[in-house]
Amino acid sequence: MNEHLSRRRLLGMVGAGTAGVLAAGAAGGVIGHAVALDPATSRPAADDAVPFTGRHQAGIVTPAQDRLHFVAFDVTTDNRDELVAMLKTWTEVARRMAAGRDAGPIGAVDGNQYAPPDDTGEAIGLPPSGLTLTIGFGPSLFTTADGGDRFRLAARRPAPLVDLPAFPGDQLQPARSGGDLCIQACANDPQVAVHAVRNLVRLGVGVVSVRWSQLGFGRTSSTSTGQATPRNLFGFKDGTNNLKAENDAALDRFVWVAEGDSGSDWLAGGSYLVARRIRMLVEPWDTATLDEQQRTIGRTKGAGAPLGQHAEFDPVDVAKQVDGRPAIPPTSHVFLANPANAKTAILRRGYSFVDGSDGLGRLDAGLFFIAYQRNPETGFVQVQRNLRMDAMNEYIRHTSSAVFACPPGLRDGHDWWGRTLFG
Amino acid sequence: MPVRDRRPALLAVLTLAALTTAACASKDENGGGKATDLIAVKATDEACDVATTDLKAGTHHFEVTNKGSKVTEFYVYGEGDTVIAEVENIAPGLSREILAELPAGDYEAACKPGMAGDGIRQKLTVTGTSAALSQDSALAKAGADYQAYVQSETAPFLAQTTAFVAAVKAGDIAGAKVLYPAARIHWERIEPVAESFGDLDPLIDGREGDQEPGQDFTGFHRIEKALWVAGDVSDMGPYADQLLANVQQIVQRANEVTLEPLQLANGAKALLDEIATGKITGEEERYSHTDLWDFAGNLEGSRKAIDTLRPFLGKFDAKLVAEIDQRFAATQAELDTHRSGDGWVTYDQLDQASLHALSDSITALTESVSKVAAVVAGR
Repeated sequence: MNEHLSRRRLLGMVGAGTAGVLAAGAAGGVIGHAVALDPATSRPAADDAVPFTGRHQAGIVTPAQDRLHFVAFDVTTDNRDELVAMLKTWTEVARRMAAGRDAGPIGAVDGNQYAPPDDTGEAIGLPPSGLTLTIGFGPSLFTTADGGDRFRLAARRPAPLVDLPAFPGDQLQPARSGGDLCIQACANDPQVAVHAVRNLVRLGVGVVSVRWSQLGFGRTSSTSTGQATPRNLFGFKDGTNNLKAENDAALDRFVWVAEGDSGSDWLAGGSYLVARRIRMLVEPWDTATLDEQQRTIGRTKGAGAPLGQHAEFDPVDVAKQVDGRPAIPPTSHVFLANPANAKTAILRRGYSFVDGSDGLGRLDAGLFFIAYQRNPETGFVQVQRNLRMDAMNEYIRHTSSAVFACPPGLRDGHDWWGRTLFG
Repeated sequence: MPVRDRRPALLAVLTLAALTTAACASKDENGGGKATDLIAVKATDEACDVATTDLKAGTHHFEVTNKGSKVTEFYVYGEGDTVIAEVENIAPGLSREILAELPAGDYEAACKPGMAGDGIRQKLTVTGTSAALSQDSALAKAGADYQAYVQSETAPFLAQTTAFVAAVKAGDIAGAKVLYPAARIHWERIEPVAESFGDLDPLIDGREGDQEPGQDFTGFHRIEKALWVAGDVSDMGPYADQLLANVQQIVQRANEVTLEPLQLANGAKALLDEIATGKITGEEERYSHTDLWDFAGNLEGSRKAIDTLRPFLGKFDAKLVAEIDQRFAATQAELDTHRSGDGWVTYDQLDQASLHALSDSITALTESVSKVAAVVAGR
């Protein structure tokens, strides 16, 4: 089987949705339509492929897809060469999967009948579905907990890449926090995201071990002006004032690591990913009055307008008074978190999660919060410090924490994840 | 674990007659195990005297006599301590015989008084070209080698089960608890073969709740529950008798089984799957928590199956062999961190991090071992 054929082509199911994706046909292997797209400004159809190469990694300002499978790994080898070899293999496989092809060069059903297939097969017939795979390196990859420098990387750890400080109310579970590496897989079809992670995990055996993973649905932020603002599990629009892909100046200021920043010799053009699993205490929230809910968030539940305003995108005016008191309560989430108060901005890219129920009949649900920033200290940490008095804290618990440095994008078809760090 | 899950994987390859015909045909010439001589080995607590150490390439018949005071074992090791042949549990005063097919090369014979450590080693030099194995005969030999291994395990399995049953019937709870994992480790080493007898396996190794409607819960695990949960085996006599009768029968049948090379490859993986699905989870020994004995047995059995294929695999995919060796060693090292006395710690003493590390090593090893079948089939 020609490895350039997509999964759909393989089954002879080429329809209108993929015509552009396979513009170059069987012989070429160039994903014509996809390559021509600028991820920052164009909105590909939900089925299409997102370019795998570019100045920045895909999956950050790429218009947020609907589904997430996030996985954090511990590196189990002390051998740097083995780790590098795996990163190269991962890159190759990720490139294929992002284009809608099988994980391995042979494919799920075309191999030796006595060998395990080199692709697990559950994505056969599915389009690329906007799959992005974004890699990050955690602080413990550079220096182990006991101070070890097993990969000769300690000197290259950027100063901001440290575990997040403790915040009041944290209820972090170590088993679902931290990690040496992470992969953020996002797609518009959950099966495509799960397929990608599953195959990468399999190829990593002997080198990495899954530390924790999280599934997410229903993106809770829009990262492009072309996207409507979604609702989180509190029922409120979330991410109205998020940084958007179209705002290059803001992205350069708040999201991308710049030349001259600590670690920019390998991280320039990259970004720091902060992940927090935030359990929402759904039952108390659902029994709170509408007024209480709106005053907790600082927006109306319907339109998403700042309290005291009319429309979603009306400015957050923290000085506005209604009947002699602030329209937006000073303890509301929007009041405390908005950029004017936080004096910084982050690119949010979180997802809702429901991990069944908690054994007591309550929904184990919430927001898997993901944010990208140029420096965690002046990004998430600064925002979160301002949320100490947030009325929303009564309804949430942070149950995990992780931070990763995501290197810049891949420059061409031969580049590999981690080259700027290990190369 | 009852046979339902495993047997199809083994039986499926029986249809591969065409693939293995050549291997079978050459078996009588090169792999049948016709001994050319009889080499006396005198094992004592301090020495391992092998009568002849310069040998011609071919099949050799060793007769090991234990003149020492401790139970001993005898091994023939190839390059990298590959086990070419082995016989365990030779009681003081007894003799055991063992066949070893030795192509030209350097080997070591080893006696292990007390059945521990690296043993007392003796170099063996094998010269000559007549027995150089062709590609197919190397595979044919694998089946015979594995059969010899199965036979070397069924004997102590039967002996230990007999002792276990006697202890249960005598009401010796402490003694039976010691013998239980010691008997089962032999079973676990050859589980794919033993499980291929679908009528007997559920009676011997079925877990509580796995029985057909109306079927009694019998076998090792029935007695395990009486020993560890009830602490009373006064009503276990009939179960003990039945267990021994079934074990005698399965041993007899297992001794006759010769696995084809692909079955060996699949069996090696099946044993690792047993670890991943039954031992890492603590399901197999849910009352005694002696899962790590079973883990060790499955691991050794898998390694042995791969060892029999090694002369062949080495020629066609030396890199895979190296990776498999490294991962077997890593898994064994991980397991050995949980040694306690003559055995292992019980499952309930393992913390989550230990289980995670054991699971990782098995997952990685299984990925490597899963590639063996295609090499065998593709020759």
